[in-house]
Parts: sequence; C-alpha cells; structure tokens
Amino acid sequence: MSYLPKPKLHHPKLPTNAIGLTRRDYEGAISTLCAGCGHDSISAAIIQACFNLSLPPHRIAKLSGIGCSSKTPTYFLGAAHGFNSVHGRMPSVLTGAYLANRELIYLGVSGDGDSASIGFGQFAHSIRRGVNMTYIVENNGVYGLTKGQFSATSDLGSVAKKGAVNTDQPIDLAAIAVQLGATFVARSFSGDKEQLVPLIEAALLHEGAAFLDVISPCVAFNNHPGSTKSYDYVREHNDALNRLDVMLPRQEITASYAPGEVTEVTQHDGSVLRLRKLHADHDPTDRASAMHQIMERKAAGEILTGLIYVDPNPTALHEHLGTIPAPLNALGDAELCPGVEALDRINASLR
Amino acid sequence: MPQPITATNDFVVKFANVNGSGSASANGLFAKSIMRMGVPIASRNIFPSNIQGLPTWFEVRVSEAGHMGRRGGVDMMVAMNPQTWDRDVAEIEPGGYLFYDSTRPMPKSRFRDDITVIGVPLTEITNAAYSDPRQRQLFKNIVYLGALSALLDMEVEAVQQSIAAQFKGKEKLIPANFAALEMGRDWAQQNLACPIGLRLKRADAVGDRIFVDGNQAAALGAVYGGATVCAWYPITPSTSLAEAFEKHCGRLRKDPETGAKRYAIVQAEDELASIGMVVGAAWNGARAFTATSGPGVSLMQEFLGLAYFAEIPAVLFDVQRAGPSTGMPTRTQQSDVLSAAYASHGDTKHVLLFPEDPNECFAFGADAFDLADRLQTPIFVMLDLDIGMNDWLCAPFAWDPDRRMDRGKVLTAADLEMVAGFGRYRDVDGDGIPYRTWPGTHPEKGAFFTRGTSRDREARYTEDGGPYVDNMQRLLKKLRTARSLVPRPIATPAKEKARDGVIFYGSTSAAMREALAALDAQGIHLDAMRIRAFPFHDDVAEFIAAHDRVFVVEQNRDAQLRTLLINEEEIDPARLVPVLHYDGTPITARFIRAAIADRASTANVLPFRKATP
Repeated sequence: MSYLPKPKLHHPKLPTNAIGLTRRDYEGAISTLCAGCGHDSISAAIIQACFNLSLPPHRIAKLSGIGCSSKTPTYFLGAAHGFNSVHGRMPSVLTGAYLANRELIYLGVSGDGDSASIGFGQFAHSIRRGVNMTYIVENNGVYGLTKGQFSATSDLGSVAKKGAVNTDQPIDLAAIAVQLGATFVARSFSGDKEQLVPLIEAALLHEGAAFLDVISPCVAFNNHPGSTKSYDYVREHNDALNRLDVMLPRQEITASYAPGEVTEVTQHDGSVLRLRKLHADHDPTDRASAMHQIMERKAAGEILTGLIYVDPNPTALHEHLGTIPAPLNALGDAELCPGVEALDRINASLR
Repeated sequence: MPQPITATNDFVVKFANVNGSGSASANGLFAKSIMRMGVPIASRNIFPSNIQGLPTWFEVRVSEAGHMGRRGGVDMMVAMNPQTWDRDVAEIEPGGYLFYDSTRPMPKSRFRDDITVIGVPLTEITNAAYSDPRQRQLFKNIVYLGALSALLDMEVEAVQQSIAAQFKGKEKLIPANFAALEMGRDWAQQNLACPIGLRLKRADAVGDRIFVDGNQAAALGAVYGGATVCAWYPITPSTSLAEAFEKHCGRLRKDPETGAKRYAIVQAEDELASIGMVVGAAWNGARAFTATSGPGVSLMQEFLGLAYFAEIPAVLFDVQRAGPSTGMPTRTQQSDVLSAAYASHGDTKHVLLFPEDPNECFAFGADAFDLADRLQTPIFVMLDLDIGMNDWLCAPFAWDPDRRMDRGKVLTAADLEMVAGFGRYRDVDGDGIPYRTWPGTHPEKGAFFTRGTSRDREARYTEDGGPYVDNMQRLLKKLRTARSLVPRPIATPAKEKARDGVIFYGSTSAAMREALAALDAQGIHLDAMRIRAFPFHDDVAEFIAAHDRVFVVEQNRDAQLRTLLINEEEIDPARLVPVLHYDGTPITARFIRAAIADRASTANVLPFRKATP
C-alpha cells in the first residue's frame, strides 16, 4: 500500500493556536520522499506557518503539478482539499479554482522541472495575471523522480551525480517573478526554517501573486560536491538580504530596533512585515532595486535569500476582472439565469 | 442558349467579393430584406483566413419551402471580384444569371453564352456620385443592392426597413444609404428588363423563427446554463463563441446595483491553460467552459484524461473546422468526432453532443452544464464552422421557467454531518456516479485529494491493480448511465416501408432532410435517424439492426462516426455505408441525394432500380 495514514493521537498538552488547533491538526499523511529531502522541511514550514497564522485548514486549497515537490501536498494540511494535477499545469488549475471561489487561500506547490521547464509559460502567466496565491517552487535543480537529470534552474557548471557538467544558463525564477509583476517575491532555503516560516506566513497573508523560490536539496541526486544546490553549497553561499518577522494585525509589537536597522511594510490585511536588514541597502518595495540585488549577488557567486520584493497594496485578478465580491461558485439560478422574458427579448431582436 | 431560369422564392444567389471591401454589410441587408418579405433564406459566408484582400463569398439560398442546407449550384452570381472571375462565372448553372460591374469593358471570351449577363456600371455610377474613395467603395455595395432589388422584384420597403434596422443608433447614415439604394434601383429600372426570371414574392413562411449563428446561440446557452467561468484561447472558428459569451454576460450577468460581474472570462496563454482553468474552476464548484477547435482539442488531451479520470465536470465547445493541423481553418468539417470521443491517453471515452442548428446549440449549450455536473466528466458540444459562424433561420430559443440547475451529486456541510462516511469514489447509488465535495465545505469532513494517479474508493493513492480496475469499471458504468441522460436520437420513418436506413448528425441535418424528400420522390425510401449524442442510445443499435444497410452521412474523410458505431456497438462494417463530404464546403442535398441514389441504384438487392431516371 502506498498510502500511509498518520495516527491521529497526540499529546494532550500540545499548544493550541487562536482557533484551538494544534500543530498536528495541520499535518497530512506520512511523507514517502527520501529521508533528508529538503521538501519535507518545506512541508514542515508550511504546517508551522499555517498553525502560527491560525488558518482554518479546510479554507486552504493546495494544488500541485507533477514531480517530487508536487507530491508534498499530501503530506500537509490533511483537512484541506488537494489537487495533484498534470506536469507543469498547476498554475492554470489554481487560476481556475481561484476564479471559482475567491474566498479560499490558494497554495500552489511546484518544482523546478514543473515551473521552469514544462510549465514555464503557466508559471509566467499566472504571475502576470495577479492570481491571489502563494506559489512555492521547491527548487533542487534536478529531476528527482526520473533519477537525476539537470533541470532548467541548474547553475552553469554545476556537476551532476554521474559527472556531467551543465552547460546551459540557469533560469532564476525569483528574478523572472520580479520582472513579471509578482507583488511578493522571496527566496529561501529549506534548511533555514527561521527564515522560511515567516516568509511563508507573509506570502499567505499577501493578497496578490506571492512567489517563493525555496532552494531544497535533493539528497538522492544533487547533494554531492560540484552541485550548487547541495546542503553544503547553499549554506556556504546563502546571502540573506534580511530577516523577517510577521506581525498579525492584532498583535502587539514589542521588540525595539535602532533607526535604519529595520524596514517595516504594512500589508493590505494589516499585517506588518518587519525586516531586519542584514547588509544591503535595499528597499523591498522597489522593484528595480530588487532586480539589481538579485543580479549583483548572482555576479558575486552568492545566493540571495530573504524578502526580495513586496508591494504592500497589491491588486489581484478578481479586482482586474471586476467580478462580484461573492464566490462565483455560490451563485444560484436567480443570479445566473436571465429568465424567459430576457430570452423573449433576445428572440425578438433576432427576427 | 438554354431557357433562362425562372423561379420564384426558390433560387441561389452568390456574391463574390474582396475581403475587407465592406460587402458583408450589403450582403447581409440583401439576406435580411428577403426574410422581411416572409421568405426563408439560408446564407453562408465562405471566407479566407485573411483580414483584407483575399476572395470571399456570400451565398444566399432563397427557399420558401424552408430548405436550410446548401443546395449546390448558383442561379445568379454577383461577380464583384476580378481575382475569381473565371471560376465564379463557371459556377453559374446553365440558364443562370451573371451580375457584374460593366464600367470597364470585358472581352466576350470572359463570358458564357448559356447565361444571361447583366452589366451595371457600378464604378461609373459611384464615381459620379461620390468623391471620397472610401464612400465610393462602400456605397458601391449599396448601389448593387439597389439594382438587385429591382432585378429580383424585391419590395423596396423591405430593404429600407433592413437598412434602418442596421443603422439603429446611427440614424444620420440612413438617408445616404437610401439614396445609394435608389441610385442602383433607378439605373436598373431605366436600363434593364426588370424583373428577371428569378423573383421574390411576399410570403408567410418565416413565422416566428429567428436568424442567428450557432456560436452566439451556444454562448447564450452557456449563460442560461449557469456558466460563470470561461477560459479560452483565440482560434477560428470558435473565437466568436467566447466573444459572444462576454457580450451576453455584459448585458445579462452584471449585478444590477454595482455593475460587478457574475462571471469571469480569461483569455488564456494557450489551450492547455484554458482547459486547465476550466478543470480548476469546475473542481472548485463553478460551471466552467472553454471554446476551441480541433487543434485546441489536440492540445487539451492531457488535461482531458485527467478530467475523465479525476471526474471533473468540464464543458468544451468544439467548433470543428477542416484539418488536420491548420488544414482549412475557415472551412467546415465534422472531423473531430474520434479525437473528441477518445480524447487523451489511456482508456477514455467522452460524452459528445451534436446540435443540428443554432436552436440546439442554445439548448445543448445549457444542457451540457447539467450533464457535466451530473456525470462529473467532460462534455463536448460539437458544433462546426457551418453552424457556428453562419446565421441560420431556426426555431426561437425556448426556456422552461421552472428549470433549475442540476448540480449533480455534491455534498454540502449539512449533508456531510448526516452521512455515515464519505468516500469520493464510492458507487453509492449503483449508477457509477460518485459523490463529490467542493473545497472549503467542512472543517473536518469531506476533504479528499484529487489526482490523476490511481486511487481507491476513498481517494487514497494506490498503485494496486485491483482498485484501479474497480475504478475503471465504474467509469464504464457511469458512461452506461450517460446513455439515458444525453439527448435521444430522433428517428424519422420513411413514407413507405424501407429496407435501408440513413444516419446523420449535426449540421448535415438540413441538407439531409431535403435529400430524403428528393430521394423519396425518386422512389428511394429510407428510414432516417439523427444522432444527437455519444455514447449512443440503445435506439441506435436497434435502428441499425432493423435495416439491411444503413448509410452514414458525414462531413469528414474517414467516416468517423461510422467508426465509432462499429467500435462501440459492434456493428458489422459491411452494413454501414459511408457517404462522405469533406471539401470544406457545407454538405449539400444534391450531393447526398446523388451519392445515395448512385449506391442504391447499383445495388441489385434493391427493387427500385428502374424507378431511377
């Protein structure tokens, strides 16, 4: 049997969140990925972020494409509906789902093969349409389920497990997301939970197209010397732009910082993103500066992580289309069917 | 020279024009004016894949008897395009008429001596009356309309009313058009023997019928059927369906107070994204559709397999055109039957509906959404370019005021509290159709994972063979259920006992009815069955079993519906005789009659050989 349910029992003293749920209530089935896979850390970070934000699990829809990363929605948020669609096409399915009901939270999980190769077009168009979603790419630079081929995010000169050297230019999905008009762009590392969890929280609260590129080493096929997406390489070259704290609207802000040390961005829902600057003088609400930071760090051989760009007042596809505030899937005959009299008028106009 | 053709309310006029010259408007006025006289017409645009400069034709069949199919042959050619002159002149029936612009003299060799040639110096008339080149061009069309109205004895009031209706809201353009109309009419009356042998006479044969194209009708059906999400990618000949949905929704589907839209339309980046959005929206409880044509259906194959296997209700309007590949993108065919019925990889079968005219495009356009929700599977509405892009005179749209959407087996939060347990793919009712839930319904109950990978009845991932086979068998059972839900075939018995039958579908219907009447008059009696859906109703196999031979009339090369009949109903191929028309033009009654009469007369099992002239 390839389905492993997780026992429901848990310790009675587990902490609960604002809606009375424990962290365990956000879990899914037991992972079938390799031991040590970065993707499992990302699943854990998603669980932690949803718990921290006290989101009702069933109000989240989790969608994915095909590949190791796309298997992961089974391993978190078991009370949520999930859709494991076709390779590279998660963005269109998610877009359609969002069109049908704008009230749910949409979490799209994809991989580098799924989003940078076969689904590059759908990735791009879902971002530029401003679909209100959190789009996470679990980026390991390799095709895992088919055993070790380079993906389109593999760095130039990166060495495959069997020794082949990549001669193609890599696609930087975060840079492209900035260029395409994503209103939230971040990059993180599956091995840095402290950084990743708040970024996922901020993305989930963001009311527009939020994109997260999470470097997630593949222990089976891309974690060896010569790989630029191994645990060791990413740890050595991780150049964090900032550290993020997410403050919910009702939350009291206690910590104090010296002037210039932090940047605060208030999102549309009232949540405050407090960014502790680590080095560069970067305004995260400046798209051009975001692009510059990515290019500059790349030239220096570093991997830029952190919150790269955020538009505090984003708009999303439903606003662009001018649809009603209610979910379209909740409309009944009275709202949808124009009726016999209208039809009679149409018939008359066609005579 | 043969006798000039004389006919009242029963002839074919064809206009040969240059694309982009403004002729479509004048030609449309010609068609509508005839209907205003109570005389039915069937009109067809024959147009190139081009915006300006290439040849385009408009064919008007005047038929008081109400024949809506293409007849074949041309009684009067309005030859306004020098590029196509020779072939246009050659197409005229012996004894027919040629109407042309006689401003520049033409050598005698460019005419035929078995037709009546009618020259009107259109350029000279318009050059004298107008100085602006654009006006000269546009009014030339109205001038020939005026001349034709005199030649064919049309009621000038009918033409004027059509002009007034066309320029409603732009009333100041009306007097100038009336003047141009009069100019052409006067010239013809003063210089030509009016009327000619082809004449129009007021009748009362139009009734309450409406004149509309199938794409408009299908889009309206989608509005009435409750569609809220449309995702599409432009492709001829389906583009005008999505655009019509937007137009209809703009008038019928806005919140009356706020003007906010009760619909969402996305022009996707390609057909893969279109169907992906439809699948996502339908999974999440909205009624969603796409409009496309053959190449688009090809691109949607992977998603269609997913939608079939994961049981997602989706509606596709496939406006078929001549393929393969780009083929003839502006010409009609019924050539996606097999690619739609078996769309995707693995074992799949899909539900297809075959509307015969815009009235059924509307009806099936709405029904498709009920069927999709009820059956939880993709539904194809199979239009073609002929129905989709041509205006047809058809019965008015009808709607039952008591009708409500059938959302199928969807469990609400309250339902989930009541039921003992929920398993997404359990066959609770024995009809092969499981229950589903929409995302976000209940905090603890009813969530499941949708996937293209195999799973058990509880929607849990498994690669075990047993649950896989169990599921595939249930899907077949569901398709069996579909047979009784889809539109039933319509049988029309011959006047006399018939040993042979004929099966047809879609836009072939009009020509087929006319051909049946002609064959009947010729002593060839056939029972007829119009198929309206796949999977086939049990009536179909019974009909075939009751006849020695059955002709299957289709507009494709490979006899695709015949293949489907042989494959699905296990019919002996020898008993199904293909009658195929696939040159991109709509099938004609003449073609069907000749093809069937030819086969019938050469078959010695049939007794009516001597009756054939």
